[in-house]
Amino acid sequence: MTSAARSPTTAPRRRGTYLYYRHALPVRVMHWINVIALTVLLMSGLNIFSAHPALYWGRSSYTGRGPVFEIGTVEDPRGDTVGVTRVLGHDFVTTGALGAARAPDGEVVERTFPSWLTIPGNRWLAMARRWHFFFAWVFVLNGLCYLGYSIASRHLSRDLAPDRTDWRSIGRSIVDHLRFRHPAGEAAKRYNVLQKLTYLAVVFVLVPLVILMGLAMSPRLDTVLPGWVDFFGGRQSVRTLHFIAAWLIVAFVLVHVFEVIVAGFWNELRSMITGRYRVQAEAPDETAR
Amino acid sequence: MKLRARNPRRRFLLRGSSAMAALALSGCDALSRSDWFPRVLSSAEKLDRGAQRLVAPRRAMAQEFTPADLSPQFRSNGTAMPQNAAYQALAAGGFADYRLEVGGLVQRPASFSLTELRALPGRTQITRHDCVEGWSAIGQWKGARLSALLESVGVQPAARYVVFHCADPMEDDGTEPYYESIDMDDAMHPQTLLAYELNDHALPIKNGAPIRLRVERQLGYKHAKYVLRLELVESFARIRGGMGGYWEDQGYEWYAGI
Repeated sequence: MTSAARSPTTAPRRRGTYLYYRHALPVRVMHWINVIALTVLLMSGLNIFSAHPALYWGRSSYTGRGPVFEIGTVEDPRGDTVGVTRVLGHDFVTTGALGAARAPDGEVVERTFPSWLTIPGNRWLAMARRWHFFFAWVFVLNGLCYLGYSIASRHLSRDLAPDRTDWRSIGRSIVDHLRFRHPAGEAAKRYNVLQKLTYLAVVFVLVPLVILMGLAMSPRLDTVLPGWVDFFGGRQSVRTLHFIAAWLIVAFVLVHVFEVIVAGFWNELRSMITGRYRVQAEAPDETAR
Repeated sequence: MKLRARNPRRRFLLRGSSAMAALALSGCDALSRSDWFPRVLSSAEKLDRGAQRLVAPRRAMAQEFTPADLSPQFRSNGTAMPQNAAYQALAAGGFADYRLEVGGLVQRPASFSLTELRALPGRTQITRHDCVEGWSAIGQWKGARLSALLESVGVQPAARYVVFHCADPMEDDGTEPYYESIDMDDAMHPQTLLAYELNDHALPIKNGAPIRLRVERQLGYKHAKYVLRLELVESFARIRGGMGGYWEDQGYEWYAGI
């Protein structure tokens, strides 16, 4: 998208269409680093969470009030293990997904998250922390590079900041998204307004939040400004917020991938790998014989 | 939706990436068990420590709370009663015969009774205990400042770490007593205590009686319980597993400020 001024076309291959250079190399590289880092952070984070699968609101876990969220097990009258997820005091049976899962030998065993969703696959707090903290650096440094690049190259001001036309088209954009209607011509060269707002919210709200709440869990960083963690509700609240923010990022990724599929999976994927997106020519004399 | 691919390159990409995903999943476990990969991951520990020291000054104080924040019960984690006959005999006598040995790189090796420890300059603080597992509890601790004790025995200039040798065996057969270590920055920090009281009562056995370490800017496993002996060393590489603590020998970070 930064290249709008720079490289309009490459040689047309299919009649009436041409490849448009849409995503600059640094953006593509940083995007895929994010994919790897976020995947590892989520999966190792779930393993870390399994060491104490309960979330609280407040300064400590033992305040007299119970957890706001808890994944655990109970034994049913037949002696079988049942996975139970408790949300704000309401119990849900979640055997197979949360709390308990079937082991390879067929027996249902206690397991907070399915093994394929965690790094490492077994409960291993020390190793999960090593993965998490290494890839946290990858994620943060990559994010800082993205921020620096986006400001310096004007990717941020040119491609991400909504302009007046964007704000006016917001209603139409919502309808288009609900109908899974996506532009194939000129408009496909730019982010649409909902896309811009979503990316901005992720880059400037959600990601900073998840990082800050992660840092707030560090007992040493608590000392930087005594009491700053209480601003977010206390040590156990920031752990809860870290968890919620992480799942909001997962929700963003699910919607993002869904949009990629409905907007044209291969074309979108190609543009994120090679940078080139196939656009339908709109000017009549370009398509006419 | 359009995930079927007729184009051979796309088919290759699709199959390739599903194979990669499967490989990556099992690969992460293989990497975790390899020799070299955890070492690569561990390189982050130095970064964490460096960055945290940069933004959080050496003398910065951990947050302190009010009595209203106290946890009704201070959770006991790990050992609740050391399976150690000598310790249990000490406990039966109300720790009247307890002596804290201090040796290694000090000018005057010494030992302290509980009465002597209580006579050292002390501190009372309400702080939050953050376990590596994720839970936190708030308690009021009273204890001797480790800095005061170290000043009374004189630290040799070569000393870089204080090692805490404990009474609680971590193996069922009574071996592998718990141990921990901290650096001199933490040892001399005003909130670092050899605690003998929790919530205005003598420290209960389940919480580490008669003496446990409080090192408030690090996670719970650094707060050694049942401390019997302090050893000042230049390096902990030759002690036990060489990583500076029982849990560190099991793969946890020596620097537990995160």
